[in-house]
Amino acid sequence: MTVWFNAEWPWYAAGPLIGLFVPALLLAGNKSFGISGNLRHLCSAIVPGRLEFFRYDWKRTGFWNLVFLAGVLIGGFLASHFGAPHSINISSATVATLSHIGIHDFYGVAPHELFTWHALLSLRGFISIVAGGFLVGFGTQYAGGCTSGHAISGLANFELPSLIAVLGFFAGGLAATYLILPFVIGRL
Amino acid sequence: MTDTPLPEVDGCGLSGADQQIRPAFLLVYLLLGIAFGAVLTRSEVLSWFRIQEMFHFQSFRMYGIIGSAIATAAASIAFIKALGLRSIDGKPIAIPRKTLGSGIQYAVGGAIFGIGWALTGACPGPLFALIGNGVSVMIVAVLSALAGTWVYGWLRPQLPH
Repeated sequence: MTVWFNAEWPWYAAGPLIGLFVPALLLAGNKSFGISGNLRHLCSAIVPGRLEFFRYDWKRTGFWNLVFLAGVLIGGFLASHFGAPHSINISSATVATLSHIGIHDFYGVAPHELFTWHALLSLRGFISIVAGGFLVGFGTQYAGGCTSGHAISGLANFELPSLIAVLGFFAGGLAATYLILPFVIGRL
Repeated sequence: MTDTPLPEVDGCGLSGADQQIRPAFLLVYLLLGIAFGAVLTRSEVLSWFRIQEMFHFQSFRMYGIIGSAIATAAASIAFIKALGLRSIDGKPIAIPRKTLGSGIQYAVGGAIFGIGWALTGACPGPLFALIGNGVSVMIVAVLSALAGTWVYGWLRPQLPH
């Protein structure tokens, strides 16, 4: 049992478990697994304005997904309270790479140099959190999906649009990793 | 809420959901969400460090997770289709196809999301799971993602799709 609580799950356990959410939601109620639709539902519920994109019945279309999303938050809370807190066991090559660009605190799930309330007041923290979050919102809505909706649900159903989107995810992610992050973390 | 007919909604988690949901089913979705949040946490998929390790090609781990997740989902869909399984409420399983159009929205929108994915170290699911994990400043990232969503809704008529 200790491996389930005190160490990260191996990829061959974690991956199939994530994949099983696709049939679970289909069988539970013909629902497509995808998280980013919730950002649209939340806008529709809170600040729809006069925008066509947000004028639909979000309760009917997306309430189930918002409930799922609330569960994700609760599940993250519960799972983080079992087992001893530890550093993420990333490869030594990654530790070297990140140290080189200016990350020195490897404790926890995200570096404290970027993802704390204090760091939010620094330029590099602000760009990571606020600019990063904005692009996640804008990009997922433009692309019509995120890692769950396109990479997992979409590719599993052999959707060409999802393949294009996933190639876009990695093109953008690699560009940011090699061109933007070293500057943001190291120079700002 | 208006009483106008449900407009065509496509994309991430928006399709195939045109019927009212009974409260008992909401509990099912809540429990599935809790399980998903727990898996994101214990698999460390929500970690900025893991995402950086992936984008630097320094570990097979994330590729193994994403690849085996897709393979499992694809095999499950094939299994459901082969057996003609129905959902719990007795309806045939239907997965709506996405429309390709020019493909620009997928390439450009995807790349924009990719930049945000690398900067935050999180896709939308992990953003929320991280708040549960105690990285409370991610509340700001979520609010900013909502702002990005809203701005997309505002610019949508002008953008190529």
